Amino acid sequence: MYTAIVFLPLIGFLIAGIFGRQLGARPSELITTILLFIAAALSWVAFFQVGLGSAPLSVSVLGKWIAAGTLHVDWALRIDTLTVVMLVVVNTVSALVHLYSIGYMHEDEHRPRFFAYLSLFTFAMLMLVTADNLVQMFFGWEGVGLASYLLIGFWYERPSANAAAIKAFVVNRVGDFGFALGIFLLFALTGSVTLDQIFAAAPGLANKSIHIFGLDADAMTVVCLLLFMGACGKSAQFLLHTWLPDAMEGPTPVSALIHAATMVTAGVFMVARLSPLFEYAPVALSVVTVVGATTAFFAATVGLVQNDIKRVIAYSTCSQLGYMFVALGVGGYNLAIFHLFTHAFFKALLFLGAGSVIHAMHHEQDMRRMGGLAKHIPGTFWMMTIGTFALTGLPLTAGFFSKDAIIEAAFASQRPGALYAFLLTAIAAGLTSFYSWRLVFMTFFGKERWAEEDHGHDAPSHDNHGHDNHGHDDHAAPVAAHGHDDHHGHKLEPHESPAVMMIPLYVLAAGALFAGLLFKDVFMGEGMADFWKKALFFGPDNHLMHDMHEVPEFVAFLATYMMLGGFVIAALMYVFYTDAPRRLAERNPILYRFLLNKWYFDELYDLIFVRPAFWLGRLFWKQGDGRIIDGIGPDGVSARVIDVAGRVVKLQTGYVYHYAFAMLIGVAAIITWYLLGGVH
Amino acid sequence: MFGFGILSGLIFLPLVGVAFILCLRGDDEAALRNARWAALLATIITFLLSLYAWKMFDTSSSGFQLIEEKSWLGSGLMYKLGVDGMSMPFVLLTTFLMPFCILASWESITFRVKEYMIAFLVLETLMIGVFCALDLVLFYLFFEGGLIPMFLIIGIWGGKRRIYASFKFFLYTLLGSLLMLLAIMAMYGVAGTTDITVLLKTAFPASMQKWLWLAFFASFAVKMPMWPVHTWLPDAHVEAPTAGSVILAGILLKMGGYGFIRFSLPMFPDASQYFAPLVWTLSIIAIVYTSLVALVQEDMKKLIAYSSVAHMGFVTMGLFAMNPQGVQGAIFQMVSHGLVSGALFLCVGVVYDRLHTREIAAYGGLVKNMPLFAVAFMLFTMANVGLPGTSGFVGEFLTLVGTFFANSWVAFFATSGVILSAAYALYLYRRVIFGVLDKPSLMKMQDLSAREIALLAPLGLLVIYYGIQPGPILDACAASVDLLIKNYQTALGLTKAATLALH
Repeated sequence: MYTAIVFLPLIGFLIAGIFGRQLGARPSELITTILLFIAAALSWVAFFQVGLGSAPLSVSVLGKWIAAGTLHVDWALRIDTLTVVMLVVVNTVSALVHLYSIGYMHEDEHRPRFFAYLSLFTFAMLMLVTADNLVQMFFGWEGVGLASYLLIGFWYERPSANAAAIKAFVVNRVGDFGFALGIFLLFALTGSVTLDQIFAAAPGLANKSIHIFGLDADAMTVVCLLLFMGACGKSAQFLLHTWLPDAMEGPTPVSALIHAATMVTAGVFMVARLSPLFEYAPVALSVVTVVGATTAFFAATVGLVQNDIKRVIAYSTCSQLGYMFVALGVGGYNLAIFHLFTHAFFKALLFLGAGSVIHAMHHEQDMRRMGGLAKHIPGTFWMMTIGTFALTGLPLTAGFFSKDAIIEAAFASQRPGALYAFLLTAIAAGLTSFYSWRLVFMTFFGKERWAEEDHGHDAPSHDNHGHDNHGHDDHAAPVAAHGHDDHHGHKLEPHESPAVMMIPLYVLAAGALFAGLLFKDVFMGEGMADFWKKALFFGPDNHLMHDMHEVPEFVAFLATYMMLGGFVIAALMYVFYTDAPRRLAERNPILYRFLLNKWYFDELYDLIFVRPAFWLGRLFWKQGDGRIIDGIGPDGVSARVIDVAGRVVKLQTGYVYHYAFAMLIGVAAIITWYLLGGVH
Repeated sequence: MFGFGILSGLIFLPLVGVAFILCLRGDDEAALRNARWAALLATIITFLLSLYAWKMFDTSSSGFQLIEEKSWLGSGLMYKLGVDGMSMPFVLLTTFLMPFCILASWESITFRVKEYMIAFLVLETLMIGVFCALDLVLFYLFFEGGLIPMFLIIGIWGGKRRIYASFKFFLYTLLGSLLMLLAIMAMYGVAGTTDITVLLKTAFPASMQKWLWLAFFASFAVKMPMWPVHTWLPDAHVEAPTAGSVILAGILLKMGGYGFIRFSLPMFPDASQYFAPLVWTLSIIAIVYTSLVALVQEDMKKLIAYSSVAHMGFVTMGLFAMNPQGVQGAIFQMVSHGLVSGALFLCVGVVYDRLHTREIAAYGGLVKNMPLFAVAFMLFTMANVGLPGTSGFVGEFLTLVGTFFANSWVAFFATSGVILSAAYALYLYRRVIFGVLDKPSLMKMQDLSAREIALLAPLGLLVIYYGIQPGPILDACAASVDLLIKNYQTALGLTKAATLALH
């Protein structure tokens, strides 16, 4: 069954990818979607058997992969509670996104390719979460990176999509650089890359120091920091986050699946999976906490002022991932996975809801040109509102349990950095509420700004950032867009999306409302030990779950107060005093531009990495290779030779063949002469 | 078998094809067609025979197999052939790639077709000879002889600056080989024989080893090529016809790596140990420096050529780590790179045949008209980047693991190469394949023909197969590599490989 769960999407990919053009779009869609639904159903069966039931840890070896010396890497599926939670998340969201895409992408002529990519992504993600060794995890890790690259650049005729795709892949590779080094070091330390053997060796490595990169350092700390670097890349954490907002160039279902619910949580999964290592590296865990908290805060501040509906949600994702890392950092691995689980539902819901809005608005993504949509698309409006409830943590919705627990855990933890994390996550909770409600109010309430303006008017002058403004889904190219031409001719008439798009929203909304309530006990309550079994490891000094019960009351309610505060301010600014945001921005121009331009990270990286790389490349090429090496070497030598030979050449026919043939005879003569002289 | 062994069969079969082509009279279309078919058949039969040799080959044994020995040219010289686990993969790679080269030249070579085919068949003979030779002089003859047909292929059928490129190629490689010849004479002086099996057991004095090592290094480093003697490669690739590039990247570059494995490491262990830091330094520079240079190239073939230099950096780095992961990884990386870079040059050939330019800026948006080509190019680009699941990953991963054991700093810098390789490879792909198809010259470009699919599909399947199941190659060389490392450590008096010390 587990093999089927993992390989059904691969079969879908192969069918749609190889025979897509012969089959046509509709059969490709149906085949991949049905296979995904089967996989999702099986995943839930597995969830009940392994998580809620008592099926033991199973590792099924599929075959040998790499064997060299003492290094043995197998293809194997590891099934424990952590895996089945991820299976459920990945396959459920993926199946719903497949279904949704049938409606969303119906105008695109490359649908077989799109569905093939989606299934390929799902397969790679499943290989990642079922990996029994780090190298297979790396396989899935890079595989999802490839699928993400292909899907971000799906509209290949749009330069911004291509740039975003490359950026995503390369920035992820920066993280993978750390991940790979971490694998090497672990192999050097433990002689294995298989999880069980690494975990068994971990306690023995605690507090050992190692001489590496020219300095003596704590072995486990170095290992965990290197691995965490990989997690930062994939999960878009602070400093390696820059690719995620740009990744919104991909079609919206992709954003929901890859850049919200699944792939970006791979880093969280990885740290939780390797909890037996991280528990022995407290310094590394502090770093995880601080980086996570910084991300949660940073992304939330940027989210406050973005105008593109997808980018607001993208920054929200980035921020929520920061929460998960805070949970991991303070030792609450189960809290992180619980938030991952609930977040998958409500964030996928928000993205798909945003897709529905964009669909209704004929591919308009700028919220400044929306407004008043609540009565035109009430179904979407209610779904988005439910998603916002869950994200901001309205009591009894999913986010209320998982996010508030993280803030409490940060308060309860004794780890250095935890207080910093508590403060930032609590503030970020208020910011989250503000930008989420801002999104809802700007989109669904107020004046119908799309009715009064021309469709293609120019962007406000202060929004000078290059690729912020042309992220309109589907307007890729003259050719791809020929189906939409009729939209531009007449007045915009927002319309509700078809059932095939609404049903996934309803399912996800149910998850966003009830997933917290239903699964709270098993993930982090009384049933915790029976549920997780040995999938997560809590060290002997980790009393977090106990300490969390003793936090003061104000902390327990803090997040709810922050949520209410954010809601009220957003309502005041965007419903009642709609002039306030503009005046606020005018009064603080520096801060506003700082936030709008995302703390200028793109500009900074361009300045210190991208440009120097090209500059160095040119320097090495023209000066290093051209002037120095060639100048001193072959060209210098041949210049002398040509001086002498110039006159001789004129006498010859100039015919290349003769020239080469003479050379050949000369060489043969030289070799013969040397040989005879040498041997005898 | 027929009075001579199977390896001799492999070496001389292409010459049978040469003899046949020489018999063809006239330059009419029929004669040219016969020449093409004769060359194709000769290479295919050679490949089938090499498969038979592979079947006879016992991978569990670490020694030389299929040995043939005849005396030749009087007293000192021997005609001695044999293969072990470290040479067999290269023999197979050579015989496998040759039919592709003939097919790739089917339509693009329009003048002097017979001579062209002869040059390639002679080249095949010489290349197989390099990997089978068990006598040092014989090896030298094959090794240097390969220079001549390649020189002619570039110089006659090459592009605009072919003369410059072929002479640059020649100057560099000749310089290295003359030094190697001196070293061979010196070795003969010490051991009294040029039999490689005997030389492998000969302990050369440590002081002498350094000089011998350097002389061999001069030759192999140029062939690899290692920084800073790599500048002949981009020019040679750019000017060479497609098939010439495939052979150059696929096989000729591997002769340098093979030379290190066959001579430098086992025969001069002290010197190898002594010079390992030098090799590592040059390898790191090669990886980082040439990756950056590749980033700014404007010519497709030059870009791939520079990426070849970077990938060969992984090979030299892994070899001198001298542990099973490093050496097996290096062998695997060479085979994998032979397939991948060969396929990439074939891909460039596909568009070059249509548009007759390699200028990257002349392309853009090809996916529109050439979806199959886009898929193939994507696959090989990803293999070049070292995506897990393709053969490119296994080699890079193993060499890096091996190097990490030997020196963590070297592995650190080399691993940064994976970031740069992603950057230049995807940047190339984007400029050629993606974007809007708005250049009039590109509008009429047809997707892959049946012949081109037949060229690229087997390579693509092998790249994926070896990515998922690298066993056949790794297991083939495992026993021989173990022996190599054991002897190396015995010679140095090491008990076990240096590892990261815990305290």
